[in-house]
Amino acid sequence: MAGVSTRTRDSGMCQHLGVALATLLLWQLQASPLLCAETTLLNASYEPTRRFYSAVNKAFAAQWQHQSGQSILIYQSHAGSGAQARAVSFGLEADVVTLALAYDIDAIVERAGLLAPDWQKRLPDNSAPYASTIVFLVRKGNPKQIRDWPDLARQGVTVVTPNPKTSGGARWNFMAAWGYAMRSYGNDESKARDFLGRIYGNAPVLDTGARGATITFTRRGIGDVLIAWENEALLAAREIGPDEFEIVVPSLSILAEPPVAVVDKVVDRRGTRQAAEAYLGFLYSPEGQKLAAQNYYRPRSKEVLEQHLDRFTQVELMDIAAFGGWKQVQKVHFADGGTFDRIYGSQSPTK
Amino acid sequence: MARLKASSVAAGQTLPLSESRGVRAALITIAVVFFVFFLLLPLIVVFAEALRQGFHAYWAGLRDPETLAAIRLTLLTAILVVPINTVFGIAAAWAITKFTFAGKNLLITLIDVPFSVSPVIGGMVFVLLFGLPGVLGPWLAAHDIKIVFAVPGVIIATLFVTLPFVARELIPLMQKQGTDQEEAAIMLGANGLQTFLRITLPNIKWGLLYGVLLCNGRAIGEFGAVAVVSGHIMGLTNTMPLHVEVLYNDFNFVAAFAVASLLVMMAFATLVLKAVLESRAAPRSAGLP
Amino acid sequence: MIASAQPRSWTLLPGFGLALGITLTYLGLIVLIPLSVLLVKAGDAGPPKIWAELSSPRVLAAFRLSFGMAFLAAVCNALFGFMLAWVLARYRFAGRRLMDAMIDLPFALPTAVAGISLAQLYATNGWLGSVLAQAGITVAFTPLGVLIALIFVGLPFVVRTVQPVLEELDREMEEAAVLLGAARWDIIRRVVIPPLIPAVMTGATLAFARAIGEYGSVIFIAGNMPGYSEIVPLLIVIKLEQYDYLGAAVIASGMLIASFILLLAINSLQARMRRWQGG
Repeated sequence: MAGVSTRTRDSGMCQHLGVALATLLLWQLQASPLLCAETTLLNASYEPTRRFYSAVNKAFAAQWQHQSGQSILIYQSHAGSGAQARAVSFGLEADVVTLALAYDIDAIVERAGLLAPDWQKRLPDNSAPYASTIVFLVRKGNPKQIRDWPDLARQGVTVVTPNPKTSGGARWNFMAAWGYAMRSYGNDESKARDFLGRIYGNAPVLDTGARGATITFTRRGIGDVLIAWENEALLAAREIGPDEFEIVVPSLSILAEPPVAVVDKVVDRRGTRQAAEAYLGFLYSPEGQKLAAQNYYRPRSKEVLEQHLDRFTQVELMDIAAFGGWKQVQKVHFADGGTFDRIYGSQSPTK
Repeated sequence: MARLKASSVAAGQTLPLSESRGVRAALITIAVVFFVFFLLLPLIVVFAEALRQGFHAYWAGLRDPETLAAIRLTLLTAILVVPINTVFGIAAAWAITKFTFAGKNLLITLIDVPFSVSPVIGGMVFVLLFGLPGVLGPWLAAHDIKIVFAVPGVIIATLFVTLPFVARELIPLMQKQGTDQEEAAIMLGANGLQTFLRITLPNIKWGLLYGVLLCNGRAIGEFGAVAVVSGHIMGLTNTMPLHVEVLYNDFNFVAAFAVASLLVMMAFATLVLKAVLESRAAPRSAGLP
Repeated sequence: MIASAQPRSWTLLPGFGLALGITLTYLGLIVLIPLSVLLVKAGDAGPPKIWAELSSPRVLAAFRLSFGMAFLAAVCNALFGFMLAWVLARYRFAGRRLMDAMIDLPFALPTAVAGISLAQLYATNGWLGSVLAQAGITVAFTPLGVLIALIFVGLPFVVRTVQPVLEELDREMEEAAVLLGAARWDIIRRVVIPPLIPAVMTGATLAFARAIGEYGSVIFIAGNMPGYSEIVPLLIVIKLEQYDYLGAAVIASGMLIASFILLLAINSLQARMRRWQGG
């Protein structure tokens, strides 16, 4: 009878489902860190640092094991710098944050009070164990003859840069351009706004993150020039497409200091402060600095920098302090109604 | 498809029972072209990109531990979410179609809400509810319970977006079938469970199957809601669709398309299963999606 | 027969309490409570801020894009979906079974996969994008790219609503019209199409509802330029990342209310369809 066969088929299916579920849970459990490592850390970082921290985590875990005899497992989370700051404020339990700019960590302090307000003073060099700057990536042969910032504002040049509202790298890009404009136009703000307006007018797309912009330029073939982190540009020019891209260093750029910090409330609750602080300390150690240089970040250590001078061009660098620090910059340029909104309000897109 | 038998037509008369050959050919061509361009090509692209560097690279892309973790999480999500929403769907359809009560239409509409709302909103509401600044946030933090930015959050967000699928399939179907058969069974002495298993279930099995398959497809493939809620912790809270984005953003295009191809194959398997099971049965019962 | 003699409020079947209980509890926990939190949060913003938020140019542009493109996609899907349903239901040709089975693919396929493959296909160096570029058409990062992604995700809706109705359509009416001497096109126009219109409308509205909120497949191919190619779900995410929870909640609530209204429309259309079919 149909009813009987339905019944036995159903109970058979239920059994199978139960077995599948149990197997899956066991598989999940077996792979979970609870059974493997004694300590775990979560590092919330921004997008371009994936390969760098992959290497760092391996090296640090080995060193930690060697020094303390304990195993440690470091989990990575990568997304836009602003997105990560929000996630941490909303409860992403990161033991350390390694973000693109100090403002994003300040936002975590302000919104969720998870760190002490003086976090940036706790580690050397404004809590940035490595630095970078903003350069241009162009197609091999530089067909559009891009040499410096004014070329980006030229008619007929397509520029790729991310959206400053969501991307940390985009804000460094903006400020580097702003700094140049202010210097060229003798601190005339309206001329500077106009200059930046022309640059952003040449941008057909605003990716949400720096890495997204790099992908748009390198993979999707959009644009004549990419305004990018130096480490991104070097990665693209040296590893991703050595025959396809080359780097152009502008005459004036900005010292980009992506900071790192321990998230006090989280490490105190989880009891991982010692491990977290050792982890960040590792970034300043010779081995950590070497890894930074290998991944195209400018190390703070002079010795390591000397060894890698071939990849880092000398360029005049401005400091964000010259613009009043990130809190001021955020309020003036990137908050609602700020400079970026004013530029974009009057935008008609290319094409 | 009934056709007028030739014998009932007067000799020599041609009846325009269907469109002319030319029109038919044109329509079929347009339909096929549309199908190829909009459906087939994107699929082919996935496999072409995944295999661009050969089979070895394809295989290596899939064996990465973080990819395996993503596959595990996706399967775990599907295995938890689909049965729960199936039970809900059956319960809701039973209550709505076999009884009358006030507010029935409102209930149907509410069940459909997750279907029409943007998945990003679906994820966001749980972040607002369970996140630190949210209503339950401080309590959860105090008790060290992690919901958002951890696996439970991924599961709950997926529960939200896939909630209506089974119910949507069953409700119109069961409404059409009415209550006569079940009532007859009850009067003949069957209890509720027997009635359901032996009368209702066989009648709704195709609608139920279709709903389960849709629910499963969405549970495996959900992106927007999970992206907001997951925290992107590699090896822990990345589902396969999120992991595809992660790989894509790290210049690992072959690996990204390799994982995507796995998802395409899962989708295919779902469709093949449905087609096979349906072909073994009578013509499709017209349950509206 | 006996059942219909019973007063409507008296139920013969068991399980009402249990079924309704499960339904309401689950629905309450997963849908109602979280969504009310959203609406309360949005309400917290107060009418002036709500108005300011919803009428800002960037938000309006995003709504125009999301709703506009979704509408266009729904129209395209109505046309092509109808054609596909017709061809699948009425004709026999090689590959029909395969095509029929694969119509459901956008339902089963993750939106992210659709996103990267469409982005790959239509990029200026992609298979189709390069060909189109020669004709001067850019798809990626323009509203056109958004449109194509939305057509993809909405494709099955119209087909799957129209197909069963087409299949169940009584051919006797058509045959009678033929015997009465009507031309084919007239038959189609007057006998076949009218009962199908509710189905097409339902399918198109479903496709529309799905398209306005679509995120995963669009995000890889949209340009994300504020005021031009930025979709509403992305705008919500951006607001969240700027800590503008209130702004995000207001926009999300706006979308929610719009979706709810659409749903009511869909459900009443489906009720009309059922009446048409005499079910």
